[in-house]
Amino acid sequence: MTATINPGMAETSFSPNSPEQIKQAAYIAGQAADMRINVELETGGMTVNLGPQHPATHGTLRIIARLDGEQVISCEPVMGYMHRGYEKLAEVRTYPQITTLINRIDWLGSFANEVPFIAAAEELMGVQAPDRAQHIRTILFEMSRVGHIILFLGDLGVQLGAITPVFFAFRDREHVLNQIEAATGGRFHPNFNRIGGLKDDLPKGWIAESKVCMEKCLAFCDTIEELLFGNLIFQKRTRGVGVITPEKALDFGLSGANLRASGVDWDLRRDGHLPLAWNKTDFKVITHPDGDAFARCWVRLQETREACKIVNQLLDTLPAGPIMAKVPRIIKVPAGETYVSTENPLGEMGYHVVSQGGLGPFRVKIRSASFNNMSIAPWLMKGVYVPDIVTILASLYFILGDIDR
Amino acid sequence: MLAVTIPYWGQTIIKLGTVLVIIPVGGLLIGYVFLLKMMAHMQSRLGPMEPGGFHGWYQNIGDALKFIQKEDIVPAQADKWVFSLAPYVVVISTFLLYLVIPAGPDAVISDLKVGVFYSLAVGSISVIGILMAGWGSANKYSLMGSLRAAGQLIAYELPLVLAVIGVIIQAGSMNLNQIVKAQESQQLFGLNVGGVPYIATQFVGFVIFMIAAQAELTQAPFDMPVAESELVTGYMTEYSGFRFLSFFLGEVASAFALSAIAATLFLGGWYVPLPHGILSGDNIFNVAGPLILAAKIFFISFLIFWVRFSYPRLREDQLQTIAWKYLIPISLLNIMATAVLKVVF
Amino acid sequence: MPLPKAPESVSRIVGGLTGGMKVTIKELFQPNQTEQYPKERYAPPTRARGVIALKEENCTACMLCSRSCPDWCIYIEGHKDKAPARREGGKPRTVQVLDRFDIDYSLCMYCGICVEVCPFDALFWSPEFEYSEVNIADLLHDKTRLGEWNQTVPEKLELEVGADKKKK
Repeated sequence: MTATINPGMAETSFSPNSPEQIKQAAYIAGQAADMRINVELETGGMTVNLGPQHPATHGTLRIIARLDGEQVISCEPVMGYMHRGYEKLAEVRTYPQITTLINRIDWLGSFANEVPFIAAAEELMGVQAPDRAQHIRTILFEMSRVGHIILFLGDLGVQLGAITPVFFAFRDREHVLNQIEAATGGRFHPNFNRIGGLKDDLPKGWIAESKVCMEKCLAFCDTIEELLFGNLIFQKRTRGVGVITPEKALDFGLSGANLRASGVDWDLRRDGHLPLAWNKTDFKVITHPDGDAFARCWVRLQETREACKIVNQLLDTLPAGPIMAKVPRIIKVPAGETYVSTENPLGEMGYHVVSQGGLGPFRVKIRSASFNNMSIAPWLMKGVYVPDIVTILASLYFILGDIDR
Repeated sequence: MLAVTIPYWGQTIIKLGTVLVIIPVGGLLIGYVFLLKMMAHMQSRLGPMEPGGFHGWYQNIGDALKFIQKEDIVPAQADKWVFSLAPYVVVISTFLLYLVIPAGPDAVISDLKVGVFYSLAVGSISVIGILMAGWGSANKYSLMGSLRAAGQLIAYELPLVLAVIGVIIQAGSMNLNQIVKAQESQQLFGLNVGGVPYIATQFVGFVIFMIAAQAELTQAPFDMPVAESELVTGYMTEYSGFRFLSFFLGEVASAFALSAIAATLFLGGWYVPLPHGILSGDNIFNVAGPLILAAKIFFISFLIFWVRFSYPRLREDQLQTIAWKYLIPISLLNIMATAVLKVVF
Repeated sequence: MPLPKAPESVSRIVGGLTGGMKVTIKELFQPNQTEQYPKERYAPPTRARGVIALKEENCTACMLCSRSCPDWCIYIEGHKDKAPARREGGKPRTVQVLDRFDIDYSLCMYCGICVEVCPFDALFWSPEFEYSEVNIADLLHDKTRLGEWNQTVPEKLELEVGADKKKK
């Protein structure tokens, strides 16, 4: 039995052949696995694992926290419990098949995952989707943002102890999901984008129903503002907690609302050059100078309102026309590589697609927002109290599928 | 008055039986109405609908029976005796509270002269039970939860007691029946309107008492010890089966008992001003008193649970700040003001 | 956008605290929106991807759906057979006969690539979703069962204003 501890360095392979050596090999392997804990020479403090099965973390995230009473000395997130090998899967699948799979990376804002990938493939092919398709893509993108952040706001309540907002959130998210299902056929995994446009056009009456749906979502935003944000207890729990300065935010690669809540005015919908229909709408980019947990939550609330307004504007100005450009039946994307990223509900999500002219891509690199958002956690959580760990994680907002892919 | 004298042992058995019946029934009823149904409707859902057919009334009873027949699990590294006895300590502290609550002029198990003092003192025994639970579980989460709980419960004992002292000063007695009678005979600006409950004059005390009661019951916004999103039920994590049922029963029965004490002290207990004539007198209140008290208990429980479902939870240090920096000074001022006004008027 | 002010004045503190309670008490008296399944069943939208129906007469066993399935959950077997000639005295035709067409719904991820890719319009979506089984092996729907789902396939939907009338 050969046990190579570090496969990169062939000289260190060592073949144990006696029981003591086998035991020693197992011991070293165990120590290496938990190296972060054992190499530290700190003697005080209690090590507590939050997760991987835990009500607070949005999925299988493990946080190893070293505590001194109620204060955190150090905090280390361990990711990877949900790694599904998307980039490897993409090497052996065709473009329509990959579109199906990548719905499941950020499973709450599922339509938004497909868009940058399809945009990258269209760029490589030199195909422009017709105006109507771009409009509807933007509408569904913003609707999935609304649904996603509504769930975030409800979940925020649960993390902080308010058990009521989450039920309102799920109830109002149902309206968005029903609309997405009416148009695409799938509530969580629409699988609606195709290279060159969309799969189907909208069913009759969808525009009027979506307007009603957006009214209800705006009403929910008002409800949650009254129920949660105006509450003194919520403000005391979140103001001044987990402050991120703009420089640190840029250093760690944060994106989305986390970046804007630290005062950095950056929004890919306005600043990136994307083919979708955002430049035809009028919306505000909302920032907050504080950079604490409250700022992040507040920015997301206002972004939901702006997203509802964007959807309303786009529903009013939907152009007539075809839904799909002229593309061959069997799609072979010519050789080349490109990187397209969009302002997803969680942050900046990008796909670097390398094609060698086959039915499927040669390599796809997925830049997910939550991975970078989580990377700031160890720096951010020095010296906070244990309840603040949950507040900070809740306000940074990640989805495990997005971190681990 | 009764036509036959029952010997002392007979009386004890009747009283014991009453308490042992009322506690689970009252606790489970509060649990069903408020925790299951009211919470559900406030959260835009329905709550239990199937068990028992009509709106799931059997849910809590079924839960209790289910818990009784579960396997008895004790963690391997737990301190066996401490672990096993902890729920019973908590439950006993709750049971002892029921001894002094008057449901009528004579319908009280034990008419102690220091009823209020006794009830507040006995309510603090549960802290020991919680510490035992946390330590005996051999689990870091439980230990953290129980330490938080101990700190919180001890901190909020003081406002609870101080808020009540205003009532005692006004009533002139610590006996709960006397307090009810004092509210019965209190006059509103010199007019005899059949009694004024102390909530009118001791409103500050009432608010402080309700906040402290919320904390004593470890309900949100003071439910750090049972912070589900962090500690997965805190000190109760390792308990299952009958022991968990004891904790749960202790919690809802405490809610019932503390609401009863608040109703007695601030809302007038079993007394309601009835017109003179055939509808007055001690006998009527011995029969109708429990129902009147039950209605008042439901009102106070409604307030407690309404706040529980609406607010997020406070962090431990914020919790302690509120108790020590705000509630205690305000309640001391309340006592001073009551004392001054009592002497002056 | 004006930034929210921290509640520092007593009126704003009390207003904030009671505002939340107003929301919950209002919700207590609102009519409930819970669908008490299975007593009340709301139909899913027409396009909902519930189950796939097979129209056997259109299928030519070309294997396109089976090859494009990301999970490889469609199992097709067919053989060539001789059918009678169309005209008197003509050559007998070779036709593809479908022996076996199974979809394994324990693997299927309801993406719809097979339905889209079929060049002969033999597969259709149906919004029917209540077909859970006790045995996982029973989730393999064979040709007959897939044919039965045809009754639940809805009519093609009318499209929204502005959609292109020409459909392929």
